[in-house]
Amino acid sequence: MFAIQGGIEPLLEIVALRTELVGPVDLSMADGECVAILGPSGSGKSLLLRAIADLDPNDGDVCLHGLSRNSMPAYEWRRLVSHVPAESGWWADLVIDHFKPEPDVSDLLTAVGLPDALDWPVSRLSSGECQRLAIVRALQGAPRVLLLDEPTASLDRTSVQRTEEVLQRQRERGVMILLVTHDPKQAARLAKRQFTLKDGPFLTASDVLA
Amino acid sequence: MTGYLALSYSDLIAASLFLAVNGTFSLLLNLGLERQLLIASLRMIVQLMLVGVLLKAVFAAASAWITLALAIAMVTFAGREIWARQERRIVGIWGYGVGFSSMMIAATLVTVIALTTQIEPSPWWSPQFALPLFGMILGNTMTGVSLGLDTLHATLHRERSAIEAQLLLGATRWVAVMPATRRALRNGFTPIINAMAATGVVSLPGMMTGQILSGIDPQEAVKYQLLIMFLIGGATGLGVLGAVFASVWRLTDDRHRLRLDRLTNDRRQGAP
Repeated sequence: MFAIQGGIEPLLEIVALRTELVGPVDLSMADGECVAILGPSGSGKSLLLRAIADLDPNDGDVCLHGLSRNSMPAYEWRRLVSHVPAESGWWADLVIDHFKPEPDVSDLLTAVGLPDALDWPVSRLSSGECQRLAIVRALQGAPRVLLLDEPTASLDRTSVQRTEEVLQRQRERGVMILLVTHDPKQAARLAKRQFTLKDGPFLTASDVLA
Repeated sequence: MTGYLALSYSDLIAASLFLAVNGTFSLLLNLGLERQLLIASLRMIVQLMLVGVLLKAVFAAASAWITLALAIAMVTFAGREIWARQERRIVGIWGYGVGFSSMMIAATLVTVIALTTQIEPSPWWSPQFALPLFGMILGNTMTGVSLGLDTLHATLHRERSAIEAQLLLGATRWVAVMPATRRALRNGFTPIINAMAATGVVSLPGMMTGQILSGIDPQEAVKYQLLIMFLIGGATGLGVLGAVFASVWRLTDDRHRLRLDRLTNDRRQGAP
């Protein structure tokens, strides 16, 4: 169990969140903050993000700006708190069919280095292209919180840099980012606070850099 | 028009020789089908013989309770068959209940309405009308429902990440599973649509052939066949719709999650 007290107004507040395999977890995040979660494979990082997005059955509560997710339908919550899994799914043949007509995403696509990707078939995407497009797809809905699971795992250095710049710009607009990563350097670049999840039925975390 | 020509058992043995030839081919070509072919043939022989004896007794008894008991036995067996034909099933009682209840409601509703308003035997539940009709409607509904559920469960399992991707972008559970639902409904409806489209051109339906062979005027046989096809089509559609939507409802929850933890992983799990 871990708790963060920083004297900052908590805009995302996770309270005693637990599933069969994860938690209990307490965490507060401030406007525009990025928090990194590290830990070995199987320690429950991805499951924690799924629980925050309410995608698996779980106990506890998560509030955004004081508003509990239980006070709204789950689909509204997920529009505010957008989770991008390590391997996102695609349900249509063409990339463009995964985006809404509005708002325009061409700036975001250019920023991640895929300006023409809307016209491509999904079958030709590399895993790195899938990852970047999944982030753009999530950002189109203008979420308040991003839950990112290994967002740059399959990317080369230039693409990592571009993606991180996109994420930094989101933070400047007040978007909170909870970042699961295996890369301590990325965690250090993006996040002021880091937690390490350890193996076991109950998750423990140490506040490494707080 | 010649009347009814009775068959002898030696006629049946002669007719079965072609199937025996198929079994021999399977052995020679090492297809491994001979065992299944033999078991299925024996099952068919025993089941039909028994049913002949049973129906004769039931028709003679002309009891509403015995007719009802037999209908219940048929629907229970068909429910079990739906359950067995799915590679991935819902765990627990739901695994049996979803297919069983939608098939039972659809088939019973259609059969009772047909008996009371269209065929109108006296009494309306007369076993020689009610049981064959119920059996035909049940058999087709069973096929549709089992195909629909099997497709739905396989698709939900295979398309999990695509469905969850939509949920994560704020889609409701009904929208996110719509492609899987549509595919399941289509597969459930396909046999009956194909049967309706091909009937009379490619093949004469079994029931109509039976009536014609037993000396009924073909135009009268056609009327009966049309009635049966409408009933079968209607019941199959209702059964498939009910089963697929009930299953979608069970495999998602009110927090718009995909609940594949309520689905078995293989045929060995989830016995009710």
